[in-house]
Amino acid sequence: MSIVADSGGPFLGRLSLHSLPFWDMLQHPTMSNIINGIIATGAASLVVIGALVVIALLTKYKLWRPLWSDWVTSTDHKKIGIMYIVIALVMLTRALIEAVLMRAQQAVGLHGGFLSPDHFAQLFSTHGTIMIFFMAMPFLTGVINYVMPMQIGARDVSFPVLNSISLGLTAAGAALVMVSLVIGKFSTGGWFGYPPYTEATFSPGVGPDYWIWALSLAGLASTLTGINFAVTIYKERAPGMKLMRMPLFTWTALCTAILMIFAMPPLTVATSQLALDRYLGFHYFTNALGGNMMNFANLFWLFGHPEVYILILPAFGVYSEVIATFSGKALFGYRSLVMATMAIAILSFTVWLHHFFTMGQNANINAVFGIASMLIGIPTGVKIYDWMLTMFRGRVRFTTPMVYSIGFILLFVLGGMSGILLANPTIDYQVHNTVFLVAHFHNVAVPGVLFGMLTAYHFWFPKAFGFRLNERWGIISALCWIFGFMGAFFPLYALGIMGLPRRTVAYAQARYVPLEWVAFLGALLLLAALLALLWQLWISIRDRDANRVFVGDPWDGRSLEWSNSAPPPEYNFAVIPSVQGRDAFTMAKENHSAYERPDTYKDIELPKNSAMGLVIAALGFALAFGLVWHIWWLVIAALLAVIASMIVRGFARDTTRLVSAQEVRREHHRWIDAVAAATAVSRANECKTVNVGLAQHQANGVVP
Amino acid sequence: MSQDVMKHPGLNLGPAHGSDDDAAQGMIFGFWVFLMSDAILFGMVFATYVTSLSTHALAGGPGPHDLYNIKSVFIETLLLLASSFTFGMASLALKYKHGKARLVGWMLVTLVLGLGFLGFELHDIFGMFAKGGVPSRSGFLSAFFDLVPLHGLHVTAGCVWLICLVGQIARYGLDTKTKLGIMRLALFWHFLDIIWIAIFTVVYLGGLA
Ligand code: HEM
Ligand SMILES: [Cu+2]
Repeated sequence: MSIVADSGGPFLGRLSLHSLPFWDMLQHPTMSNIINGIIATGAASLVVIGALVVIALLTKYKLWRPLWSDWVTSTDHKKIGIMYIVIALVMLTRALIEAVLMRAQQAVGLHGGFLSPDHFAQLFSTHGTIMIFFMAMPFLTGVINYVMPMQIGARDVSFPVLNSISLGLTAAGAALVMVSLVIGKFSTGGWFGYPPYTEATFSPGVGPDYWIWALSLAGLASTLTGINFAVTIYKERAPGMKLMRMPLFTWTALCTAILMIFAMPPLTVATSQLALDRYLGFHYFTNALGGNMMNFANLFWLFGHPEVYILILPAFGVYSEVIATFSGKALFGYRSLVMATMAIAILSFTVWLHHFFTMGQNANINAVFGIASMLIGIPTGVKIYDWMLTMFRGRVRFTTPMVYSIGFILLFVLGGMSGILLANPTIDYQVHNTVFLVAHFHNVAVPGVLFGMLTAYHFWFPKAFGFRLNERWGIISALCWIFGFMGAFFPLYALGIMGLPRRTVAYAQARYVPLEWVAFLGALLLLAALLALLWQLWISIRDRDANRVFVGDPWDGRSLEWSNSAPPPEYNFAVIPSVQGRDAFTMAKENHSAYERPDTYKDIELPKNSAMGLVIAALGFALAFGLVWHIWWLVIAALLAVIASMIVRGFARDTTRLVSAQEVRREHHRWIDAVAAATAVSRANECKTVNVGLAQHQANGVVP
Repeated sequence: MSQDVMKHPGLNLGPAHGSDDDAAQGMIFGFWVFLMSDAILFGMVFATYVTSLSTHALAGGPGPHDLYNIKSVFIETLLLLASSFTFGMASLALKYKHGKARLVGWMLVTLVLGLGFLGFELHDIFGMFAKGGVPSRSGFLSAFFDLVPLHGLHVTAGCVWLICLVGQIARYGLDTKTKLGIMRLALFWHFLDIIWIAIFTVVYLGGLA
């Protein structure tokens, strides 16, 4: 028994009974071990039970075949986008529960609390890692995947199979983080995993390895995604869709894609060098023999800072679309918004050092990077004014996306202001590593990124699934997010100035306690917000038949993704639109060329389904798992299989199929008939059941 | 579908190849973008190397003068440059339809030169090992063994890819997909040549200067 417990031998590498979350608790049943063991085991059970329930449901409703042929092997950008968002929502749920646990611990953390320091460290490490790499990134990648090709009038992205492979790699990374709950322990080194702490000397366990390989998979996926998106936007635009006619969301997608292309490689280098240190005894970042951890700090933040703009730019794009649509006006200052987006993208590469002002470089360098950081406030400010001026004298409707957007504008300005404060090195020295910083980055990450993605979810959901989401619960959820955020994070500004360090499991100052409780209650409200969101989804699915919007344009949309049915046909457009100006669909409605019946239809060529994404997901997961646990036979087998699958794919021919012109015609006519039969609803009724997806068009501010 | 009149950078197939030329536009442009990303990867590894030339990073271990063998590196350089030339000939044979035999011939010469390069590189590396120049000895050696073998790994991947393409030519002839494959590999190969010139200059000439 003890042999099994200690090591798995050559076959299982480092895997053993010790890897199970309840093993410590059984071996050494102290109070603390039992509490932490129960929480960890509970979490692990949730993962296992969740997986089993999904398997059972799939079997019960005989969904394995559709899952295979309609989803996991699909190369349709819309399906891939939806799968990304499903991953993001699952991971959001986990990371939010972890956040609430942390807040609960700190609320009772005066001289103790219920979590062990090690457990707490795992929580902030997984929470941060998941929120960035497996919540925000898949969410925005999913939204861009779904929306961008339609906005530019394309049938798909440039490289559909590559798209599916990127999804597979992301899913494998997410699965690795989930498995770390059940087998072994995740890193305790925080979301940026600084060495030398994460080197083998100080963290000999599997934790940092889980972190390294999860990030490597996600980083590779994002590099490939960035290439795919950028090429799509450059090469697949419909005739007439000039760059300066692209919807702002597509512009932000382009900038994000470019940032991915340039910013992911430094992350790949940082994590692979750390891996070489840990696995083969190299000395990049070790204390001994000439290692230099400053190289890691520079590499990581050379990725890390652009990364925060990868996260926020698409959200800016979403707000631009939503605010213009629900104000019934063309976006104010389109050109300045494009310029500001580009400026931010470029500046984002010049500020990485503000993440380590306190690490000993000279004051002049700090000053240069401090000023560069503050400069980003200028284009961002331009955007805020543009959005406000878009609403000014518009006919604003307070739908759920709009509530999020207004919450965003108000709160994001505060987050930006605290960012400007931190950009000043002298101030940063005072509040560095306190929860003031935690308040700042959540103040931009939650109202900016998370709200932005939830806004996108509400805005485009009817397009993707053909029915509207329940408006009442949408508003309730949005308000819970907004006020929950305030409750959870405003106290941290004060606590930070009072000196509470970040990543603190317990503290000795009684004066922290009241604000800690406020923050905990705020976190509970955030949990309620998530539950309201899921409840909304549930009742919306229940009531779907009353809320169908098959016609496809429920709120007088302005860009091409609203110009087809909801859900759209897999080829997006029966006939590729010809674009006359900015706000292409509004223009078409204006000159009555929307909803036309063309005389002739052509066959449409689409990529065939491909199992490549799934194969790479499985092999990528096996490879990473083998590496984490030192199961070398698995590593070698998976690596060879990856190479073999790529070679086999190279030999594949006949990878496309045709949708016949008759079928295109039939589908298109069915939709146009529905359009003709529908009555357009006024704006006052757009959230009521009379809205079948045809909004009255009201002309205002078309830019040719 | 694209209305762009702008052709992708580099050697185009040209109108004589009909729809293959159109198919190349998006694909080859995409590959350029990939190379851009790969160039950043190398850039970061170069940066690691350059910052690891300090006495701190040498950690009392062997340095460039003790380890580098300029003669062998020079031969490697010649081999790789020659292979770029021969791949160029292969690209011309593809574009001007000189026939499969000539195309495959030039590709195989390129392969031999590439393998020769790898052989010399391995020989160098084992030579360094013999003199105590192993990556776990110092930060400097770690950085060296990130940069040079990373390039070598790329060349190895290029060789495997080349063999696969020859296989595809044998199986399918010069269809769209093989043509695009050859064009992408060509870019990849020349790109690795440029990286190598940077390595030769910065690592070897710089190190021994
Ligand atoms: C939605 C509600 C959220 C809550 C209640 C929450 C709560 C927390 C808490 C309690 C911590 C630990 C703070 C400490 O070190 O003392 C934390 C850290 C962190 N959170 Fe959140 N968070 C939320 C959303 C997000 C989002 C949306 C993101 C990113 C997109 C995010 C990214 C991070 C990161 C990167 C860390 C730092 C982890 C580290 O220290 O390495 N969080 N969060
Ligand atoms: Cu930053």
